[in-house]
Amino acid sequence: MRVILTFAEQRDGRLRRAALEAVSEARRLSGPLAGTVTTVVVGPGSDALTSELGAQGADRVVVFDDPAFATYATESYARALAQVIVQTKPSVVLIPFTAMGKDMAPRVAARVDAGLASDCVALEVKEGRLAGRRPMYAGKAYATVEWAGEPQMATLRPNVFPLGPVDALRPVEVVRGSVETKARAKVTAVTATAQGRVQLGEAQIIVSGGRGLKGPENFHLVESLAEAFGAAVGASRAVVDAGWVDHQMQVGQTGRTVSPSLYVACGISGAIQHLAGMSSSRYIVAINKDKDAPIFKVADYGVVGDLFEILPRLTEAAKAHRASRG
Amino acid sequence: MKLVVCVCQVPDTETRVRIAASGAAISEADVQSWIVSPYDEFAIEEALRIKDAKGGEVVLVTVGPERAQAALRTGLAMGADSAIHVKDAALDATDTLGTARALAAAIRTLEPVDLVLCGQQGVGGDHSQIPGMLAELLDLPQVTVAVKIEIGDGQATLEREIEGARESWTTPLPALVSAQKGLNQPRYAALKGIMAAKKKPLQVLDAAALGLEAAALAPKLRVTRLELPPPRPPVRMIEGDPVTQARELVRLLHEDTKVI
Repeated sequence: MRVILTFAEQRDGRLRRAALEAVSEARRLSGPLAGTVTTVVVGPGSDALTSELGAQGADRVVVFDDPAFATYATESYARALAQVIVQTKPSVVLIPFTAMGKDMAPRVAARVDAGLASDCVALEVKEGRLAGRRPMYAGKAYATVEWAGEPQMATLRPNVFPLGPVDALRPVEVVRGSVETKARAKVTAVTATAQGRVQLGEAQIIVSGGRGLKGPENFHLVESLAEAFGAAVGASRAVVDAGWVDHQMQVGQTGRTVSPSLYVACGISGAIQHLAGMSSSRYIVAINKDKDAPIFKVADYGVVGDLFEILPRLTEAAKAHRASRG
Repeated sequence: MKLVVCVCQVPDTETRVRIAASGAAISEADVQSWIVSPYDEFAIEEALRIKDAKGGEVVLVTVGPERAQAALRTGLAMGADSAIHVKDAALDATDTLGTARALAAAIRTLEPVDLVLCGQQGVGGDHSQIPGMLAELLDLPQVTVAVKIEIGDGQATLEREIEGARESWTTPLPALVSAQKGLNQPRYAALKGIMAAKKKPLQVLDAAALGLEAAALAPKLRVTRLELPPPRPPVRMIEGDPVTQARELVRLLHEDTKVI
């Protein structure tokens, strides 16, 4: 039987949704690949997470629960995953493309001499081999990639792969892993920067603001609308470079590439590098005073008008809609 | 301190991507201008600032075809001291791991090195793999996507961004660090720098010179097809006064898209 291996990211004893997405995708691939699903979870207290991973589709969970794994360290986490790869010789390895996965996966790939496809948005099996689909040029183009040899490693974009059915009665085998926990680079502190805020990469809805807002003092109009929609807040490069908002909010080629269910662009004209970063969103709303702005070429719904008139009214209408639905 | 910065030449972010006849790459003939990958500019700038504060030298390394030399000249014009261009037809078809191996081999010729800096991602390929692979190949500790670096005595303290939080890191030197936007504001090359760059040492090395065997460069991942994203449906404009537009938009988002 082929082994499909996933890395299940947990922080503070809780699995990330992206970890479950990877297990779920592995379960789906286990059909055409005729394989079993093994999941690696690293961190003390991970024992409590094995049933959740099993219910999502893992046949076997390898737990590294040494107290030294309490905080993330690239070298030791990579060593744990690489050890399981060497021992189980998986055909496929799936890792969430989160901050942790993005940091760790290349180190593991170099260690086990494997091809790695980053930020995949789809996977399929062709004649027993994996093919992946991934954006390049921040989404200006999409590549189909294939691997030579095994393991075929891929990081998966969060929020794209659906969660399959959960079966709490599925049996799961739990195996204990042990590895050297030494690491040279270490985390000394973690400081929350956006408590309670919806994260751009994981958001279902994003409301973004651009130059059309005229100044940082007006950015609250975008934030209020985002709050009414339960959305994350994004921004164009122009306003990030002008220092209105933090660069972590930037959507586009030198910021984040996002694909939420709904993207609302407020006062963003639509520079090519911005369009690249958001045009794979399922639905796009553009609000702009210039009816010829390029943003309308990718939008599903367009509103031409004054942001200062429209945004407060849209916020009111969104709030009223929410209230009416309880 | 000896500071090495890995540099990658990429199409300008304003490039309108077209697909090459092969169907598996972009058409380079349609790329109007090539630039230093923006994240690599943060890495170069940081190296120059560390050099200004601590003394030492900044060496640039790139892997790429002939045109990639322009990226090295840009970095030299910003203030780097010398550069290595790894150029070999065998490298044109390799993947990230092969590229990382070539960079690692070039960096080994410079040892002892105190700090290797990279951009957190090459804009275009968007793999974000070279820093971690390079750290593993050179057996260095790594801190990626750094937004703050402070060099101490034989060690560095850094900050890096994760989802909704900032991590503080400490690492002994030598180490590898990848640069994220927000780390600094890169300088522009002044005319004087551009003139000086023409005379700075630039070494060209091929795979054989670095002892890179064909097997080490054979790609483990390849693009079999590259395509433009599917066209989006035409826009539906919402007319009326602002109150009507707002209500109509919320109604459509609820009833048609079911997103809210």
